[in-house]
Parts: sequence; C-alpha cells; structure tokens
Amino acid sequence: MSSLTVTGVTRSFGAGTPVLRGVDLHVPSGSFTALLGPSGCGKTTLLRIVAGFDEPDAGTVALGDRVVAGGPGRSVPARRRGIGFVPQEGGLFPHLTVAGNISFGLPRRQRRDGGRVRELLELVGLDAALAGRSPHQLSGGQQQRVAVARALAPAPSLVLLDEPFSSLDAALREETRTAVSAALAATGATAVLVTHDQAEALSMADQVAVMRHGRLVQLTDPRTLYRSPQDLDVATFVGEAVVLDADVRGGTAHCALGAVPVDGGYPDGPARVLLRPEQLRLSTPGSAPGEVVARVDGVDFFGHDARVRLALPTAGTVSARLEGGELPTTGADVAVTVRGTALVFPVAATGVPAPLQPLG
Amino acid sequence: MTVALAVAVAALALLPLGYIVWYAFDLGWSGIQELVFRPRVGELLWNTTRLVLGTVVACCVLGVGAAWLVERTSVPGRRIWHVLLVAPLAVPAFVHSFAWISLLPGLDTYAGALLVVTLSYFPFVYLPVVAAFRGLDPALEDTARGLGLSTWAVFRRVQLPQLRVALLGGSLLVALHLLAEFGALQMLRYPTFTTAIYDQYQATFNGPGATTLAGVLVLLCLVLLLAEIRLRGRRTYARGTRGATRPVRPVALRGLTAPALLGLAVLVGLSLAVPLGSLGYWMARGASALDWNLLTSTTGTTLGLGATAAVLTTAMALPAGWLAVRARGRTTTLLERSTYLGSSVPGIVVALALVTISIRATPWLYQTVPVLLAAYAILFLPRAVVTVRSAVEQAPPLFDDVAASLGSSALDRLRRITLPLLAPGIGAGAALVFLAVVTELTATLLLAPTGTRTLATAFWSASSSLDYGAAAPYAVVMVLLAAPATVLLSRDARRGLTT
Repeated sequence: MSSLTVTGVTRSFGAGTPVLRGVDLHVPSGSFTALLGPSGCGKTTLLRIVAGFDEPDAGTVALGDRVVAGGPGRSVPARRRGIGFVPQEGGLFPHLTVAGNISFGLPRRQRRDGGRVRELLELVGLDAALAGRSPHQLSGGQQQRVAVARALAPAPSLVLLDEPFSSLDAALREETRTAVSAALAATGATAVLVTHDQAEALSMADQVAVMRHGRLVQLTDPRTLYRSPQDLDVATFVGEAVVLDADVRGGTAHCALGAVPVDGGYPDGPARVLLRPEQLRLSTPGSAPGEVVARVDGVDFFGHDARVRLALPTAGTVSARLEGGELPTTGADVAVTVRGTALVFPVAATGVPAPLQPLG
Repeated sequence: MTVALAVAVAALALLPLGYIVWYAFDLGWSGIQELVFRPRVGELLWNTTRLVLGTVVACCVLGVGAAWLVERTSVPGRRIWHVLLVAPLAVPAFVHSFAWISLLPGLDTYAGALLVVTLSYFPFVYLPVVAAFRGLDPALEDTARGLGLSTWAVFRRVQLPQLRVALLGGSLLVALHLLAEFGALQMLRYPTFTTAIYDQYQATFNGPGATTLAGVLVLLCLVLLLAEIRLRGRRTYARGTRGATRPVRPVALRGLTAPALLGLAVLVGLSLAVPLGSLGYWMARGASALDWNLLTSTTGTTLGLGATAAVLTTAMALPAGWLAVRARGRTTTLLERSTYLGSSVPGIVVALALVTISIRATPWLYQTVPVLLAAYAILFLPRAVVTVRSAVEQAPPLFDDVAASLGSSALDRLRRITLPLLAPGIGAGAALVFLAVVTELTATLLLAPTGTRTLATAFWSASSSLDYGAAAPYAVVMVLLAAPATVLLSRDARRGLTT
C-alpha cells in the first residue's frame, strides 16, 4: 500500500482547452478517496494521468516516495506502476473467462492456480462457480465485481475506480457498492473513486475531493464537506440546500425563515445563508409571536421520509425534509422553525441557479 | 508507418480509376466527344439503364414481399423459407444464367435477362429488409392497429417508411452489381457496357474504344456510389434504436396461406431449384466424359489463388481498418473511402486498366499471378476492410489500458489481447475474400497467365463452346465452395426469428 501525491498537475487538450488547471491532491496510504465533480470537470483525466494512460503537461504524480510522472527522468509506464484500474463498464476482456480475466495480471505460474481465483471471487462476494463463465453471461453488477477482483489480483499499491457503478440500476448499485467497499477494506488497498454521484462519494469514502472546472475545490472528510462546504456551489452540489438572502446582525441571520443563529463569526451586513431541508421543522400555526407561516405547495412522499415544498410569504419556495409520519396536506398553512445553525456565505458567492433558491 | 502502408494500399486501389481519368485527359475533349457521343453508346446506355431499373424494381417487390411473409406473417416453415431465400446467393450469377440459357435458348432477350438477373440478385434486397423488419419496434405496429389501421395500411403507412433505408441500400447494391455484371449477360447475349468492353477488348485489345466505354461505365458507378455513401451516413441514425425485445405477433394469413406458400415456392423454385436442377441435368449428361484430373487440378489452382488472395487482401486491409477506428480523422476516412471507391470500378475495367498499365510500365509483370492478385485485392478490399474495421471496433483501446495497468507489456498485449480479439474479424474477412475469388470470372479471364485455369474460366470456356456437360462440374464445385458463406449469412440473420 502506498500514498498518492499529485502536485500542480495541468493538462490541456487540443488548442488551449485546459482540462486540469493545477491540481494538488494527497491520498493517504490505505484510505478511500472519492473524486467528486460534475461531468467535464476533469476528474477522469486526472485518473488517467495517475494510472499512466496519459501524461501531465506539468506537475508531478508520486506513489509513496516514487515519482511516476513529471519527474526528472522519463515517466514510469502504466504497466510498471502497480496501479489497479476498474473502468466504467467493467471492461472485462470478452475473449477470456472470468478466471482468465481475474488471473490476467498474475505471474505466469500463478495463472493456472484456481485457488487464487476462488479467493478473489470470494473477496468480492461472488460464487466460485462463476469462474468458467464468459463476461457476457454475467449481470452488470457481477461484471463490475469481477473487474474489481481483476484489479486487486496482483496486489496493487493503489486501485483506481472510474465511475464503476454509474451503469448499474439503483438496487444493484447499492449491493455492488457494499461488496466493493468490503473487498477494498479487506485488502487494505489505497483507493481512488471517480464519481459524479454525491451520495456515493459521501457514503463510501474516507475523504472527498470536490473538483470543478479542472481545479480541486475542497478536500475533506464527508461529514465536514456536508456541514461546512467551501462555498454555495459545493454546498448545493453535495446535497439539497435551502439558500436564502439574509441580514446578519450580532451572530444572528435575519431571513425569510426568521432569526437563525449562524455558525462562527461573520461581520454584520447582508449575506446568504445555507440551511439543509432536514433542519426545517413544521408545526400547527397559531400561538407563538413572530412565527413564520408558510403554505404547503406540495408533498413528495418517498416512504421512509418526505419532501414538503413550502411557499414562503416573501414569495419564495423552500423544501423541508420530514420523516414520513405526520405530513401536512397540500394547501395547508404551517409554522416553520429552524433547528441548529445556518452557514453564512458572502453575497458575492451567488451564481447558483439552484431550483430551491428563493426568487427575488 | 501504418499511415504509409494505408496510403500505399489506397494508391493501389485507386490505380484503375486513375488510369481511366488519365486516359480521358490524354484523349482530350474532342477525342472523348468523338468516341462517346455515338449511337452505339446510346444504345448500350439504354440497354443498361432499362435493365438496371427493371431489375431493381423487381428485386424490391420480391425482396420486400418475401421478407414480409417470412418475418411478419403466420406462413408455415418460416425458418426453412428464410434459408431457401438466401441460398440463391451461393450460385454465381453467371451460373444462374448458364442454367437457364442451356435449358431455354430463347431467353436471349430483355425479358430473359431481367428474369435471370432478378432471380440471382433479389436476396441482396431480401437480406437487409429482413434485418430491418427485425429492428422495427412491434409496438409501433400494435399502436397503428389500435388506431384502426388494416394490415395493408399498417404495412404501407408504418412499416414501409421505416424500411426505406434498407430498401434503398439493397437497391443500390443490386444496381452496382448489375453494372459490373459480365458473365451472366454475355451468356444471355444481352449487350451492356461490360459485354461491349469485353468484345472491344477481344477485337482491338486495349484500344480507345474499350477505354472510353469503361470511362462511361465508371461514371455510372460513381454516381451510384455517391448515393450509397450519402445513404450510409444516414443509416446509422436509422439503426440507432434498440432492436425489438418483445416477440412479434404474426399476421394470421388464414385463407391466404395457400397462395402465400405457392408464391414462395415459385420464387424458390425459379431461383434455386431450376439452377440446381439444370446443373444436375448437365452433370449427369456429361458424367461419362468427366476428366477428374483436370477438375482436381483446376480446383487446386482456384483454392491456391483464393487462399493467397485472401491472406494478401486481408493483410492490406489491416492498416486502413485499424486507422479508421483508432485514429479517426479526415485523412484516415479518406484512405478508407479510397478502398471503397477503387472497388466500385467493375472487374472488367480493373482488368483492362491492369493489362494496359502492366504492358506499358512493367512488361515483365504482364500475364503473371501478381497482377491477377492485385486485381483481386482491388476488387475485394472493401469486404476485408469492413470486417477488419468492425473487429477493431470490438477491441477498444480501453482493453489495452486495463491490460497495461495489470503489468502487461506492449508485445504481451498484442499476443494476449489485440490478436485474439481481432482474429475472428480477420478470419471472416479472409473467408469473404476467398469465396469472392473462387467465383470471380471477369478479371480472371483477362488477367490469368496463359495456361492457368480456374473453376470460373474453365467453366466459361466449356460453356462458351456450348459443351454444357463439361461445364457443369466446375459450376457444381463453385456452388459447393460458396455454400458455407451463404449458410453463415442466413444464420446470422436468422438469430431472433420470431418462432
């Protein structure tokens, strides 16, 4: 196992379309890091540079202490880097069986050893009976697991996963994720997962690197990322958000949802506040003075919980996330209170045309 | 390196076309005027045009009708009918022609030519239309029926518009083949450009008459080829939707079952039973005089030429096929298209050009096997390029990357990934070229070294001297050799048949 250090990596394609604009990233040995970003942000390019399929224009890539790209000498070819790679659709060799695929990267003597293949199939939670099958006889989830087993077979120091679950349907995705996480944890391999799915990144990784326009915006653990995003852009990308205009006075933000205490010190003046839908609480309106009353615009019921869309008196719409027990009906008036604190961002940091943002 | 090889191959493919263009420039406008604007050329143009139009219409009617019966109705024995409807492709057109004219010498008319070429070419329309029927979403037909349309209205307003691309593609294929057809029409004594070029060549060797006729013919082919390329560009859209996953509920024919069966039986009878029966008849008549040694040695020569040409042509197709996928760009597309362009030139023109060029530039090569192999390569390169290309598409660079990340070296990747993935495609391409060479007549007639007999030329010389009994065995061997390819064709399309 070894750590991965990327320093100042840039890459452009064609005439001056920069894809990576100086990325710095450190992945500690044995950790699971997710590279999260919208499509086109350069995350796959970064992954290919780390794997050795592509060269950086500038900057270096190091595995542990060994510089593999951008160093003084020639960069180390992909086959000598000892990096496992799991492509998007599995990329199993169609002319080889499952066993042939898994043992592809093993030394010649070990290839015929059925025990090693069985061991790896078990590691990714597959039946050893699948060893003789052809890739086209497997389901999408099984193909992905075989691809992971193939990457893990030569005991790589680092495993790269390029959106491996995006082609699977929802139920299968969950199951495959769990199996792959367990297999990676069992081998203790350092892993980097590229994804555009925030739920996947938050649930699987030890640390999440958010990328945007070829730059690394924030690198932190999932909880901190969700609770203290760097800016409003990151905030709305990693989860549903309620963003409101506010006026901050003495540690309290005055906004369409009333007075909300803010996190940390923020100078008095106009600002934008971020709340998560699960921070909103609804109750029967009436008693309390100065309470905020909103009209229920609609309810999206999901079973385990529900999203209630609320029209605020100041002509904006926000969402509240509630447990599925007692839900208001559409058209009813409800009192809205806020639990916890709000995150404050400067007004300049707008430009987030999120659907949940109040109009005007 | 790869690009240089591809350029060399493209240059060879364009050699006959270049020769015609160069000749036309050399002749000058007044010379062309004098040679082209003659009543004889007008007559040939009229003969060729009406035969092409008639055949295309007849093939479309037969092809679509048969495909609809087999794919969308309850006619009994659909699998068997499908195989029988593809089978006429195993019989070369000039053998079809032989089979008919040897029985009915009165067929040397427009109607006779129309009958014979239609019967040997209609599978070119039938096959793509069957494939298109399979790609149609049956839900659309159900929806149309739900809106109150009759079976005929569903066919006319829903199915036929969606078959348009397949139908046009098949028609163009028939037309291009027909423009290049020599043997079948010569045997029927129906004069078109190809037969006229051959006669001119026999009379005056490589005189300006033959070459200008070839120029007009090439012009006709190029017009059709341009239409084909434009169509091919659009075809990808037409095939964009996924194939039908739900089984189709066939149209119940009820009282019409007997007429439908009769129609299919007549078609198969005329296109398959008559040629095979005729061959059998002449075979039996000539059995006593059959020279086994000559037949064996001729078959051996043909197999040898076919195998050599297959290996050579496939090897030549590799650079263009590889580049067309892995280095997609303007230059590589141009290189790939050049090979198609070169082979759209009829065999008689390729042969004529190679005869003239080899006599003038490389006399020591004239009437040698290498020139013959070059002609085969020019004519059949597209078959190899298309299959190699689709094989390369099956082996995306991703597999290379993954194998490299697993520690495999470039040579190791070639051995363990690239070659195994390309092998089936390369094999299929080589088989297609091999089978085409085995039944090639026109170029072989003009270019084979003196004394070299192939099945096609031996068949030709025997049937030209009206020795039908001696000709038949050669034709039978050709049909037997071509049959496997036909089985492959029908099996490929049979997958997913609705019963």
